[in-house]
Amino acid sequence: MSTQFGDLADAPASFVIAGARMLDPSDGSDGIRDLVVLDGRIAAGSEVPNGIPRLDGRGLIVAPGLCDLHTHLREPGGEGAETIASGTRAAAHGGFTTVCAMPNTDPPLDEAARVAWVISLGRGASARVRVIAAATRGRAGETLTEVEDLAAAGAVAFSDDGAAIPTARLARTALQGLGPTGLPLIEHAEDPSLAAGTMMRAGPVATRLGLPGWPPSAELVIVQRDLALAEETGGRLHLTHLSTAAALDAVRRAKDRGVRVTCDVTPHHLSMSDAWVAGERRFTWDEPDDMAGALDAETAFDGRCRVNPPLANRDDALALLRGVADGSIDAIATDHAPHPPERTLVEFGEAAPGMIGLETAFSIGLAAVDAGCLTLAALLAALSTRPAALIGEERGLRPGAEADLVVFDPAARWRVERGALVSRSANTPLLGMTLPGVVRLTVAGGRVVFDEGMGLLV
Amino acid sequence: MTAVATGRQTWTSRHLLDVDQLSRADLEATLDLAAKLRDQRTSGELGEARKRLTGHTVGLAFYEASTRTRVSFELAARELGATAVDLSVVGSSVIKGESLIDTMLTLERTGAQTVVLRHAMAGAPYLVARSTGLRVLNAGDGAHAHPTQALLDAVTLREALGGSLDGKTIAIIGDVAHSRVARSDIHALTRLGARIVVGGPPAWVAGFGAWPAVRVAPGLREALEGADAVMTLRVQLERAAGGAIGSLREYTRSWGLDEERLSWAKPGAPILHPGPTNEGIELTAELAASERSLIGRQVTNGVGARMAVLSLLAA
Repeated sequence: MSTQFGDLADAPASFVIAGARMLDPSDGSDGIRDLVVLDGRIAAGSEVPNGIPRLDGRGLIVAPGLCDLHTHLREPGGEGAETIASGTRAAAHGGFTTVCAMPNTDPPLDEAARVAWVISLGRGASARVRVIAAATRGRAGETLTEVEDLAAAGAVAFSDDGAAIPTARLARTALQGLGPTGLPLIEHAEDPSLAAGTMMRAGPVATRLGLPGWPPSAELVIVQRDLALAEETGGRLHLTHLSTAAALDAVRRAKDRGVRVTCDVTPHHLSMSDAWVAGERRFTWDEPDDMAGALDAETAFDGRCRVNPPLANRDDALALLRGVADGSIDAIATDHAPHPPERTLVEFGEAAPGMIGLETAFSIGLAAVDAGCLTLAALLAALSTRPAALIGEERGLRPGAEADLVVFDPAARWRVERGALVSRSANTPLLGMTLPGVVRLTVAGGRVVFDEGMGLLV
Repeated sequence: MTAVATGRQTWTSRHLLDVDQLSRADLEATLDLAAKLRDQRTSGELGEARKRLTGHTVGLAFYEASTRTRVSFELAARELGATAVDLSVVGSSVIKGESLIDTMLTLERTGAQTVVLRHAMAGAPYLVARSTGLRVLNAGDGAHAHPTQALLDAVTLREALGGSLDGKTIAIIGDVAHSRVARSDIHALTRLGARIVVGGPPAWVAGFGAWPAVRVAPGLREALEGADAVMTLRVQLERAAGGAIGSLREYTRSWGLDEERLSWAKPGAPILHPGPTNEGIELTAELAASERSLIGRQVTNGVGARMAVLSLLAA
């Protein structure tokens, strides 16, 4: 099958996909229909002019385009690992039509001109690039950035991701100061003094491996601090990559009190447990290995399993899955973190934390659906409509809307391997595994940006 | 995986990464071989075994300072006829930024078949095992594993406790959390049928209660009561200075061993220590030199254990 990429500067597309299942979490609709797209907009089925390509959609599902709230595109400064062009192609390949670029680049995105530069590079990319600006100058955790200028330049949120705002006072000031912009502070909730020197989640696996353990309190103390500050200031708080049931419970209680808080979880914290560091390669919803035998020399201590926060224990991962299922977790966000091989194929304790996620997130979610942990509608809401709403983007398949959608084959499977990935980096422990769900078409802003054998891009 | 036939036993792995890879039968056969090679070496009767590794090159890559383990491996390799090459990696190419894999690939290309690797990072031997064609012998990785120490401890304990560890209770005292010796000992000794009791300051035994067949004792007396043997671990002085315990004085007051405290264990229970000891901290100098101490035998058994492992892996 021919694989083709387009970009947002292409001409708006016109096509019909006949007989596909159309699933739209924005209005709860779900049924077999013809998808008609004319000049980049979704049209009603009756008004199809002649000469429009008509594709067989039987067995395929059409859903709103996915939106990633947490993406490291690495440009500027880390172009060896990823660029805006390669990262957005990876996004399109994975069904994402929007990525929110994190500001921990080199230099960081802490000035309006830098934000505007990334946005301008994104105009011809294969997915919409939204920018999260640094919350503090130089991400140094000392003084706030010029948030109103940054918002005017197009920032959709603020974050010092990679670290939490270091002091409660500065976090309070940030939540207050962001008020006029209406934009959220995205917090990487981790107490540096508790996390210092740790390499994986504390627990029986860390004990066995002799790796210093990260206590769940490292996340919880910052979550509780920030919830108190958001409640007091009325500021908008978004907690990214939650990894513990305790933090999720705190968020649930705060939501019940009316605190303006939202949160996301990564696909890897849902699907991979801390046992993956010891070489486990079964997803959290499957029956785990009892770990009684020897570690597998091929998979144990794989630096590609080092992430921050560290992979959770299985109980927490399953609690987070329930949070996605019941909607108390607002979004699944990839934390796509490309690294070159020399930074991950090293001693575990030397490995750069993070793994790629844009091209595997949807398939991991579909594996959870296949396992009965999530409904397809809940997965799509967490990957598309809800995260999009958090950054003010519309999603939906109603006639009249701009076509922004993903067409995928839920029954097809694919093998994760270097040659199957379009990201510049391949740092994921999923290499060699076979996952469900193949994206066949991604349409962003009315343009076909990815086509896998559908024949719209040649 | 290459199966290594060794007469009455077979190791299914071409590496020794931790003792958890050895079945009870493998483990017992290895201990038997270690004791036999030790005795033959002591009596100058190694015979054919002196040529077992002729033409075989063993690289010694000690990324952490070590005297006894390195010397023990070097002697073991030479006794079996191998060429032992000390890479002197501490403070050489590592400082120039050469990666572990690059250094190991260089070693492999010079013709070495086996590497004995000591590294500060847990898991480093696994990385080398899957990234090179070398046979990897783990000589200690971070706080994770020290399989040949576990083998020599098991040889020592088995002989001191009447030939079997079934149903025996071994107390391990000290900084268990940061100890690769403790972890490998727990794997080996429990597989041989022993129960393990660990004792030490709370931060140094945290998490071990969840390990199968391991019990955490609240105090030294509770740890020693019913113990058939006592293993004391080395206190890393710089770690003690880092604030995990109040002071060395307090450690010794609560967890230090002397003859009187050793009487809380079963009568005649021997004492072991992986060395080097901090006399007066983990145990008194008197106790270390007493007939209850197996510390000297551990060192002698170490050469036998390493000879056994080298001859099995290189077969």
